[in-house]
Amino acid sequence: MAIAALAGPTVTQEAPRKKSRIALVLLLPGIFYLVLFFIVPFISLVITSLQVPSETNFGQFDTAFNWQTYVDVVGQYSTQILRSFFFALLATVFALLFSYPLAYFIGVKARRWPLLQGLMLVLVIAPFFISFLLRTLAWKQILSDEGFVVSALKALSVLGPQDHITGTPVAVVFGLTYNFIPFMCLPLYTTLERLDVRYLEASNDLYAGPFATFRKVTIPLSLPGIVSGTLLTFIPAAGDYVNASSEFLGGSSSTMMGNVIQSNFLVQLNYPAAAALSIILMAIILVIVSAYVRRSGTDDLL
Amino acid sequence: MVAGSFAEAGADLELVGLHKRFPGFTAIDDLSLTVPAGSFFALLGPSGCGKTTTLRLVAGLEEPTSGQVLIGGKDVTGMKPFQRPVNTVFQSYALFPHMTVIENVAFGLRRRKVGDPVGKAHEALRLVELDHLAARKPLQLSGGQQQRVALARAVVNRPALLLLDEPLGALDLKLRRQMQLELKTIQTEVGLTFVHVTHDQEEAMTMADTVAVMNKGAIEQMGAPEELYELPKTVFVANFLGQSNLFTGPVVESTADTIAVDIAGTRIVVPNSRAQVHTGTVTVGVRPEKLSLLMENPVAVAGQNVIGPGRVIDVSFSGVSTQYIVEVPRLGSMVCFAQNMVFGPVANLGAQVWLSWMVDHGFGLADVAEQAGAKQIGTAEDLTALDSEAVV
Amino acid sequence: MSAQEALALGRTVATENTLAPKPPRARFGLGRWLLPTYSVLALVFLLIPIVYTIAFSFNQSVKSNISWRGFTFNNWLNVCDQPGVCTAFGNSMLIGVVATVVATVLGTMIAIALVRYRFRLRGAISLLIFLPMATPEVVMGAGLAAQFLSAGVPKGIGTIIAAHTLFCLSFVVVTVKARIASLDPALEEAGRDLYGSPAQVFWRITFPLLLPGILAAALLSFSLSFDDFIITYFNSGSVQTFPTYIYTAATRGIPAQANVIASAVFLLAIAIVVTTQIASESRRKRLARATEAV
Repeated sequence: MAIAALAGPTVTQEAPRKKSRIALVLLLPGIFYLVLFFIVPFISLVITSLQVPSETNFGQFDTAFNWQTYVDVVGQYSTQILRSFFFALLATVFALLFSYPLAYFIGVKARRWPLLQGLMLVLVIAPFFISFLLRTLAWKQILSDEGFVVSALKALSVLGPQDHITGTPVAVVFGLTYNFIPFMCLPLYTTLERLDVRYLEASNDLYAGPFATFRKVTIPLSLPGIVSGTLLTFIPAAGDYVNASSEFLGGSSSTMMGNVIQSNFLVQLNYPAAAALSIILMAIILVIVSAYVRRSGTDDLL
Repeated sequence: MVAGSFAEAGADLELVGLHKRFPGFTAIDDLSLTVPAGSFFALLGPSGCGKTTTLRLVAGLEEPTSGQVLIGGKDVTGMKPFQRPVNTVFQSYALFPHMTVIENVAFGLRRRKVGDPVGKAHEALRLVELDHLAARKPLQLSGGQQQRVALARAVVNRPALLLLDEPLGALDLKLRRQMQLELKTIQTEVGLTFVHVTHDQEEAMTMADTVAVMNKGAIEQMGAPEELYELPKTVFVANFLGQSNLFTGPVVESTADTIAVDIAGTRIVVPNSRAQVHTGTVTVGVRPEKLSLLMENPVAVAGQNVIGPGRVIDVSFSGVSTQYIVEVPRLGSMVCFAQNMVFGPVANLGAQVWLSWMVDHGFGLADVAEQAGAKQIGTAEDLTALDSEAVV
Repeated sequence: MSAQEALALGRTVATENTLAPKPPRARFGLGRWLLPTYSVLALVFLLIPIVYTIAFSFNQSVKSNISWRGFTFNNWLNVCDQPGVCTAFGNSMLIGVVATVVATVLGTMIAIALVRYRFRLRGAISLLIFLPMATPEVVMGAGLAAQFLSAGVPKGIGTIIAAHTLFCLSFVVVTVKARIASLDPALEEAGRDLYGSPAQVFWRITFPLLLPGILAAALLSFSLSFDDFIITYFNSGSVQTFPTYIYTAATRGIPAQANVIASAVFLLAIAIVVTTQIASESRRKRLARATEAV
């Protein structure tokens, strides 16, 4: 499966030394493309973030070195910044707890039945094939005040008569969790699928019960999958603005950084603020990711 | 289990009427055996004979379809592997790749909350002479070193029973011979009950006190290595354990001490005590090294079987001995090992020879070789060319 | 260590860690069914909104498609009645195909170079491939939009394609790279040994072996492009793709025709995936049988 491939640790083999002119020809177009549409935009993002409003043309911005924008946006949007990472963290934890048993079943227990394994895997990635926005809207309607979930919870007195699910942080975290479960599940599956059950047998043989075996052997051996799964969930979740937008699952008390960037860029046309927020988001993610990867001891994610 | 009951010598293992059926085939068919405490027991057999399954049943990694497993007299059939006083040295070693050598060895002790696990693990590593590599990861070790770590990881727990699942299979010949000696030494030193599964007949014979030869899910014959070799009871054992020259024919004469079998006109005499069947069509045999190669027809002597004349069709020199293949008309080809007592071959290719052996060296089998009348040459290598047995 | 020492060690350890056996467990307990049951329920949960979306493509909706009003095939038969839906779908298809082709070609070239050749700056290039995947979409979208803005490029189909090619590229490289790394280099060496020129070896041996990986990468690219909203929304201007259409329509109600298109794409994609799965499974079985026969 294509998507599974990106999650698994790649086999690194010593490349033979050959004429590097061919390598250059192969690399040049793609690298040029990446530089033009990834590095340069990043630089223009940095430049934009430092611009000041033009004094002559309203709505235009002049190049400057105005780092004050950063201070302003952090002050103005600290709630959204913190909320983004908190929601992303919650969604990552929930997605991991949800996906691990499922991935374990598909990758280890279902090995004896390859067809079942394949079928279950297709069902895990099935959400990829239907519009992400429509899925989220479907949840919005299922969880809406008129839906049976809310009425059932109200009947059970879990929810008060005035309570809602949609528009609350709960719905946003739920939506983030749901939407990124496949991203969590696939890398977990790829490592668990390769898990050698003989290690589990050896652990069992050495007086480790099911729980100790899981904690001491299964989890450490599936760590690469856990690391890539959490990264593939955390990063997009932190920057997401669909789930949190008020047309979908969010409300005014649940806006995230993505929503703020989007409204500054596309609605208020305050490009420097949006750019500064983007840089901040990117910087925090890079710091978290590199610290996390270093801590979990899997440097070879590339 | 009484505390310390296996301190001196390990516990005995008893299998009672064990069956294991997998979808589509029966791996173990009514297996019963007793392994006395403190012994080195080998289960020998070709790929797919059920020996590894037997081991997994003892370890608790498989559940028997029916039957019982008793360790030290206690029924452990329903117990999970981690509840059994048994440790396994796996064929693949199964050393945890994410732990250092010392953590691997201390793993079982930690799970059982034994005091000073690291200290005891170091002692076990000293036993296998690998303490200096304690901080390495298993993948940084050679095959032989990994094997010794796996052994230390199992032995350190002082199990009542130590199971060895072809642990030497992945090693090259020289290292394998060396490890065989070391394993035997360690077993004698620590006095545990060892159950060793292997398809290498030489390994089984050098190491074990008792060897059980398995075939098709059942035990063919069990006993001390010398006994199995000198007096095989079935065609399978005769061929699997070493090589044999086998002949099949009707019993034509029966005295108080011997039977005589007619093989295409040649009489072969076997002692009654060494024959499993005394009437009808029987298969008799003799080991290749028991044969004497004679350049002329010997004078008939009581207590000697003579075959010939035949023609030497192959001579292969193997250092200690020379193997001759002799084609005898109507009897087929026979294998003969001759010690290299003189320089150069005793008989040249194409020479006319006679073969003789003492009646007391022959044996009669309980079953009949499929190839009637002719020779049966089989070696362990023929049967075990495949890798380890597959457990589905 | 002497024999005495070893024995002494053995005794001390043995007396200390005598194992107290626990009672045998029930062989067919709840534990055996817990994980399978959970897995089935988890998959059902994953499918809920999909089933919902497909079901509502058959709804007799009036303007908004929120509550169930009865079953009909009308939405499927008159997909393009709703203004905008089909245009948006067509745009998405066009963008998806172009971005996929460009990204697959460029990405495959990079992947081959990364695995088969050694050169300076390999680490830097690997990082350059990895970074777009580690960048939140909103940052990438804003960055591209800022660049197009400062360069004075008008937003439209072209800018969307450029953006989509960018994020597909990294995924193609990673997918194809994994495939190349799993290939036995001896196959190419054998090709060269049998008098194949470098070009012949590539087109006759390497490329056919890579093709499944390349196709998988292309399929992945297309589905990423087709479903992308966040980056697209920053760079689309007045052009509507299928996701941006849904986003803007969300405020006033999504027409059932949108569900029809999403459902059709979903069923088609699932059919492709299941067919390849079954095909590879039966190939595997045939192979297994063939090897058994030998």
